[in-house]
Amino acid sequence: MSRTITIAPVTRLEGHAKITLQLDDAGVVQEAYFHITQIRGFEKFCEGRPYYEMPGIMARICGICPVSHLVASAKACDALLAVRIPSVAAHLRLIMNLAQLVQSHALSFFYLSAPDLLLGMDADPGKRHILGVAQVSPEAALDGVRLRQFGQQIIELLGGQRIHPGWIVPGGVNEPLSETKRDQMLAMIPAARAIVQRTLAWFKRDIEKFHAEIEVFANFPTLFLGLVDDEGKAEYYDGHLRLCDSAGNLVAGNLNPNDYASFISEAIEPFTYLKFPYYTPLGYPGGIYRVGPLARLNLAERCGTPLADLEWQQFRAMSAGPVLSSFHYHYARLVEMLHATEKIEQLLLDPNILDHHVRATARVNCNEGVGVAEAPRGTLLHHYKVNDDGLITHANLIIATGHNNAAMNRGILQTARHFVRGDQVAEGMLNRVEAVIRTFDPCLSCSTHAVGRMPLQVDLRAADGTIVRRMQRDSTQGD
Amino acid sequence: MSATPAVKTFVIDGVDASARPEQTILAAAREHNIFIPTLCHLDGLSDVGACRLCLVEVKGARRLLPACTTRVEEGMEVTCNSPRIAAYRQMTLQLLFAERNHVCSVCVANRHCELQALATSLGMTHVEIPYRFPSLTVDASHERFTLDHNRCILCTRCIRVCSEIEGAHTWDLMGRGIQSRVITDLDQPWGESDTCTSCGKCVQVCPTGALFQKNRTGGQGCKDPSFLPYLRTMREEP
Repeated sequence: MSRTITIAPVTRLEGHAKITLQLDDAGVVQEAYFHITQIRGFEKFCEGRPYYEMPGIMARICGICPVSHLVASAKACDALLAVRIPSVAAHLRLIMNLAQLVQSHALSFFYLSAPDLLLGMDADPGKRHILGVAQVSPEAALDGVRLRQFGQQIIELLGGQRIHPGWIVPGGVNEPLSETKRDQMLAMIPAARAIVQRTLAWFKRDIEKFHAEIEVFANFPTLFLGLVDDEGKAEYYDGHLRLCDSAGNLVAGNLNPNDYASFISEAIEPFTYLKFPYYTPLGYPGGIYRVGPLARLNLAERCGTPLADLEWQQFRAMSAGPVLSSFHYHYARLVEMLHATEKIEQLLLDPNILDHHVRATARVNCNEGVGVAEAPRGTLLHHYKVNDDGLITHANLIIATGHNNAAMNRGILQTARHFVRGDQVAEGMLNRVEAVIRTFDPCLSCSTHAVGRMPLQVDLRAADGTIVRRMQRDSTQGD
Repeated sequence: MSATPAVKTFVIDGVDASARPEQTILAAAREHNIFIPTLCHLDGLSDVGACRLCLVEVKGARRLLPACTTRVEEGMEVTCNSPRIAAYRQMTLQLLFAERNHVCSVCVANRHCELQALATSLGMTHVEIPYRFPSLTVDASHERFTLDHNRCILCTRCIRVCSEIEGAHTWDLMGRGIQSRVITDLDQPWGESDTCTSCGKCVQVCPTGALFQKNRTGGQGCKDPSFLPYLRTMREEP
């Protein structure tokens, strides 16, 4: 008798989702579905609004990574104005984007995934949360809090507030950086870097414990997509899109983000609101790709800062070609955070960073604009069309989590096939199915996120829909 | 000797007070440091009693009266602060918020908005009246300014400042009741108005983010209507 296992809601993610596992008569997982159960209406309700409101409105998509949306949206607006923004404004935006990357990666690594990594996948779910981490490793928990604080404080120093700063605007940024704030930021960097370095040390030491997970956590060939600069270094603000295959061969080296519609298509599946982007020339599902930390480190020829480059070499040495297991998104996040602390320091030490010419002004000179940047979770794309008065007539967004949708679905199937057997489903098995999703750090609704306070219900259903067995995780317990 | 006394005596919130002839309850109350909330009133412009936030109780009157357009009478007993008035102010504010689409977080006037400030100071914690969510347009045709009907509370300050101070009378009101909205000239796009001098006075006096300078967003629309009384004074006949 075939059965269905439902994991809903999936916990320790940003947003709401559920997973359905379809078992055959022998209890083997046949299909796996990752359902995003909510819809985002931003593209529609911003129609008719002035373009210069877009960064502020679009930032509200997410409370975790508003800066990513600010950056991509402001870049799309720059394109509408057809201006070249002052270089100091671009550098200031990059600093904020990197600070955002650090705080978001710290949230993903320490708050959401460290419970699995430090307590174990089979640990008591009642303890599998950041407070559980604090019990077994107070230093690691504190490091997570402090690192996130570092990123948030830089965002606040630049933009005046930690969440939804209105500082990034079409044409540049609102205010120049003061010397005092620059010095405050520089003073925070050594401690943040030390945290990343000691975290990298314990992660690399413990990584062998997760051999089984590394093998099956979305470990398969796909394409990889991300931004690189002209020298092939990892790029988080500008640059061009690069696409490589699972063997490391360049599929497309210099894709212009403005032409995204010519090489990215979106497939629709009936079981989820989230679309499935793919590289058009290779079709669906052959053209599916991954974005984010793993993709960026796979695509880049180096990071471009000394300490991160050494770590990048070690990271890439794990595999002859690109690193394929999505478990290593965690590892890549740590390398990226190290790079971010170095890059922020480099940018702040440039005396020109205090330049007062931080905004270009113009009217709408172009009726269509595309903005692309690297969000913590991957390539983020905003595309606007405006009328001659600058009112939005059309908006399209491709969010990083969307790019990874196909890989996440396939990853769940791979993990579930390995760990889930029959109707005797141990909690730890299902946690691994959730954990494969957490490696991607998806941001689903971009507004809600649970740290151990949401109930989890797993239903095993017979083919006729009757519940054979129900596993309920109490909302007062962990996960 | 004139038969009209130089001052009128009256009682406001239990305090004996005096007012000059022709002085409104609002003006007299402010001279006596008694708070009455307003949105459509602005020093330097005529009063129209549009927003209904300044309603006060006058002993002997069956209904509440707007303080901005009611003159002080000899022997009048006025109550500006009572549970009944507080309830009316709350309801009026809630009606204003529910009528159109006020989204403070992304509004250009955030933290500089008189409607928002009143909601905060009068302790409006919730809007219990169902929002109407009307579908309203934005006029961005003007070179420097934008009109967003979503945020307009129909105070008509823009109409009055344009007519009384600038003398252009570009702004006016069309429609009735819930269909009312401000227009430029004969309901032409603002950018095509023949009469607008682009002086920007309407933008400076707008209490919300309905009128704002282009390219300003989220909280950047700081306004300063303090020029009005000076203009008035300078233009007075010696």
